[in-house]
Amino acid sequence: MTGVRLLVGTKKGAFILISDAKREQWEVSGPHFAGWEIYHVKGSPVDPNRIYASQTSAWFGQVIQRSDDGGKTWSQPGTPASDPAIPSDGMPKGDSNKFVYDGIPGTHQWYDGTQHPWEFKRVWHLEPSLTELNTVYAGVEDAALFRSTDGAESWHELSGLRQHNTGPKWQPGAGGMCLHTILLDPVNPDRIFVAISAAGAFRTDDGAKTWRPINSGLRSEFMPDPTAEVGHCVHRIAMHPSRPQTLFMQKHWDIMRSDDAGDSWLEVSGNLPSDFGFPIDIHAHEPETIYVVPIKSDSEHFPPDGKLRVYRSRTGGNEWEELTEGLPQRDCYVNVLRDAMSVDSLDPCGIYFGTTGGQVYGSANAGDSWAPIVRDLPAVLSVEAQTLS
Amino acid sequence: MIRVSLPHHLRTLAGVGDEVELEPGGQVTQRIILDALEAKYPMLRGTIRDHATQRRRPLVRFFACGQDVSHELPDVPLPGLVASGAEPFIVMGAIAGG
Repeated sequence: MTGVRLLVGTKKGAFILISDAKREQWEVSGPHFAGWEIYHVKGSPVDPNRIYASQTSAWFGQVIQRSDDGGKTWSQPGTPASDPAIPSDGMPKGDSNKFVYDGIPGTHQWYDGTQHPWEFKRVWHLEPSLTELNTVYAGVEDAALFRSTDGAESWHELSGLRQHNTGPKWQPGAGGMCLHTILLDPVNPDRIFVAISAAGAFRTDDGAKTWRPINSGLRSEFMPDPTAEVGHCVHRIAMHPSRPQTLFMQKHWDIMRSDDAGDSWLEVSGNLPSDFGFPIDIHAHEPETIYVVPIKSDSEHFPPDGKLRVYRSRTGGNEWEELTEGLPQRDCYVNVLRDAMSVDSLDPCGIYFGTTGGQVYGSANAGDSWAPIVRDLPAVLSVEAQTLS
Repeated sequence: MIRVSLPHHLRTLAGVGDEVELEPGGQVTQRIILDALEAKYPMLRGTIRDHATQRRRPLVRFFACGQDVSHELPDVPLPGLVASGAEPFIVMGAIAGG
């Protein structure tokens, strides 16, 4: 069946929403992992039925779940629920939950300016490899990048990032010091982009051995030096697979673009009613068409004027049009979080986003009109669209 | 035989009922119980004790015979009624948050 599967992570479980290509009628399953915070659920580009989920709890820590049948059944990788026996040899079970920093973790900057030890808290983002079924990357809090090459049965830190000499200057944003964006270059397998709140964007060109900050052109007024090399609160970066040199960024404030793989950035906030926000995404077939959801401010996390509006630029920024049809235009005070927007690759392109009020909205016409797919889920943390063929 | 009572979310994760039974052997302590629990139910590794430090997670509490033993050292022997299986060793999520 040609269609779309939405993988939705919420504060109280995961939900899977499936539709045919018309994207009018949706089947909803869930909650999976009921009662747990599901920060992110994402499928493999190699096999869309291979799906990874980050299940987390302040009480019971981090759990990684995997499905090999499109989300019908789940297990902790390497530790099937049906086989809880003590292993006689080989890989210790339960390692899929184990995220341990490489070497002595060291310290980063705390809210009060003092140094604070690096402490693993949770996985914010899972990014399956573009080419290898069993390879998946994890962006974690406190900020670090991990990789698994055995289908998430075990994890190893790619510590060149955290051990960058600016590491002691990184500091947590209001949501924690999280590595939330991982972009894999589809052309150059040695190139990866990541973003950290509040350190900024980084790039490796040698397969994650070494990294460099790519924050030239960013300006953050809350910092003592607004143009410092690190310390910027980057909220999200997006890249169209056909143009891996071009990046779009939603920063704490400001929409930015880079056409040189992050070496330099230019502000393209243009006529937006507010350039604060969290998600940013790109039309599947038009690499200069981008979407954001403006939020009033960093202290008032809701849409300006109580109107939920997606803004679309068909010019790669600067010129924005508001998209309101089907979205609430009064008394709306939800937020849309950084991983809670996604696009499908059908024609016309579908675009989806989830809110902290528990609504998931979808548009089957590139944003021209919207309809709620579900209205009353727990607060939505992430939305990923899979195009099924 | 040792009885261990788990909170709802860990029961779901391990696919077990209210209590599990363990045969850890030796003197019964928190560490002995948790080692045996994690060996039998490896999906619980990291959920009660931190993977790296092996310390109790901050919002997990341990009770034995009506007493909060969360702050006892992990190698301190637990009460005889827990060791005999007459009373369960209770793992509980702290009442905090929403």
